[in-house]
Amino acid sequence: MAKILVVTSGKGGVGKTTTSAAIGTGLALRGHKTVIVDFDVGLRNLDLIMGCERRVVYDFVNVVNGEATLSQALIKDKRLENLYVLAASQTRDKDALTQEGVEKIINELRENFEYVVCDSPAGIEKGAHLAMYFADEAIVVTNPEVSSVRDSDRMLGLLASKSRRAEKGEEPIKEHLLLTRYNPERVTKGEMLGVEDVEEILAIRLLGVIPESQAVLKASNQGVPVILDDQSDAGQAYSDAVDRLLGKEVPHRFLDVQKKGLMHRLFGAR
Amino acid sequence: MSQADLLDQDPVFQLKGSMLAITVMELAHNDLARLDQQLGEKVAQAPAFFSNTPLVLALDKLPEGEGTLDLDALMSLCRQHGLRTLAVRASREDDIKAAEALDLPVLPPSGARERPIDPAPAPVAPSKPAEPELRPSKIISSPVRGGQQVYAQGADLIVLAPVSAGAELLADGNIHVYAPMRGRALAGVKGNTGARIFCQQMGAELLSIAGHYKVAEDLRRDPLWGEAVHVSLSGDVLNIKRL
Repeated sequence: MAKILVVTSGKGGVGKTTTSAAIGTGLALRGHKTVIVDFDVGLRNLDLIMGCERRVVYDFVNVVNGEATLSQALIKDKRLENLYVLAASQTRDKDALTQEGVEKIINELRENFEYVVCDSPAGIEKGAHLAMYFADEAIVVTNPEVSSVRDSDRMLGLLASKSRRAEKGEEPIKEHLLLTRYNPERVTKGEMLGVEDVEEILAIRLLGVIPESQAVLKASNQGVPVILDDQSDAGQAYSDAVDRLLGKEVPHRFLDVQKKGLMHRLFGAR
Repeated sequence: MSQADLLDQDPVFQLKGSMLAITVMELAHNDLARLDQQLGEKVAQAPAFFSNTPLVLALDKLPEGEGTLDLDALMSLCRQHGLRTLAVRASREDDIKAAEALDLPVLPPSGARERPIDPAPAPVAPSKPAEPELRPSKIISSPVRGGQQVYAQGADLIVLAPVSAGAELLADGNIHVYAPMRGRALAGVKGNTGARIFCQQMGAELLSIAGHYKVAEDLRRDPLWGEAVHVSLSGDVLNIKRL
């Protein structure tokens, strides 16, 4: 039986899709058969970040409506053997999804994969609700900024009360906090919330801290999940996060201001 | 009325179908004296139920051999007890004639759809006020997140996990929070001025007892902000004391 992971946040633009792509790819890199599902119907982006936008034929809504089979709609990643993407529909809106339709697809995916990573849309409405409803674990993506923290807190409340596990009285969804766009320099200047502040407010397990990095934008534009860029700090941080997700104890990195050496100053950061 | 008024096409009325709940009194015997006595007892149980209550008199279940019914007397008897007869349901020839004579509508005999109703015997005048019932406290052990609301009705509320900003705790009794408290806490929401709030780490957006409140702007200035506190009401001032 597969594990259903939802990547969610409440707030938009915090890095949900980047995280979904990175975590899903990381799981596949470690040998787990993984599918990443884009729930952002109408605003699909995952295919771009994964670099498979030219190969989308059928999408999520087609499968829900029975216009295509799941195997027709799954897009196989060109880099990794056991990684697949299920794209969202660009021409429809969130109302095209129904709970029954999503449940059918999730159940089918559960049988064929080890991990199903659901990339949630922003907000707390239908799309986001359906993305998290069937989840076993949740990665709550948060920026070190008060409004993002507040929205994540709201989302955590919904995960604890409006998911299938909550409604059936089963064991609650396991929650992980992923802090993205973290800039230690700005934290020391007091311009950004620190890791401890966010951890204290949200009171859930810290899965990882992803430093603000040029590599993320570059990777997005190239359609390569940033985790594949193992030279970059963000790629390494995502790699650590995947290890922690799989139960490994890995110390947190990139939390402190790096002293820049002369060479570094001369040749610039990567 | 002028000719022009009569030509006005604006409709004066509208016919509508409607389902009304109406009490049906089904007579089992043609015995007005006993009816008077038994009806009196019923009315005493629930006087409010029997004031100007619309009624359909069902005579169709009367046994054949019980003689002619004095409908006029029956109706005035009902009226004495606060029941106003709207119509009669009858199958016997005599009853139908009597009803027509009184200009009362006659309904066809019953289908099988009614069920006997008994006016709830609950409002038997309570001789002494009921003992206040002890309701178990509501205990919450998982975090209360922003946007969530927890209400302990008629009871105390005890929270053992953090309460986030934007969350709301309500209780008719006291509120206890044994973790950081960053949301709103409203104790004694039904006006219990004796209710209290206990916080292990007070960083609340709002604290209120029986409608008297302080918001974060005032609370932040309090030297006990972030400390373990005990909040009570004296007069209409919230007192915040160290626990």
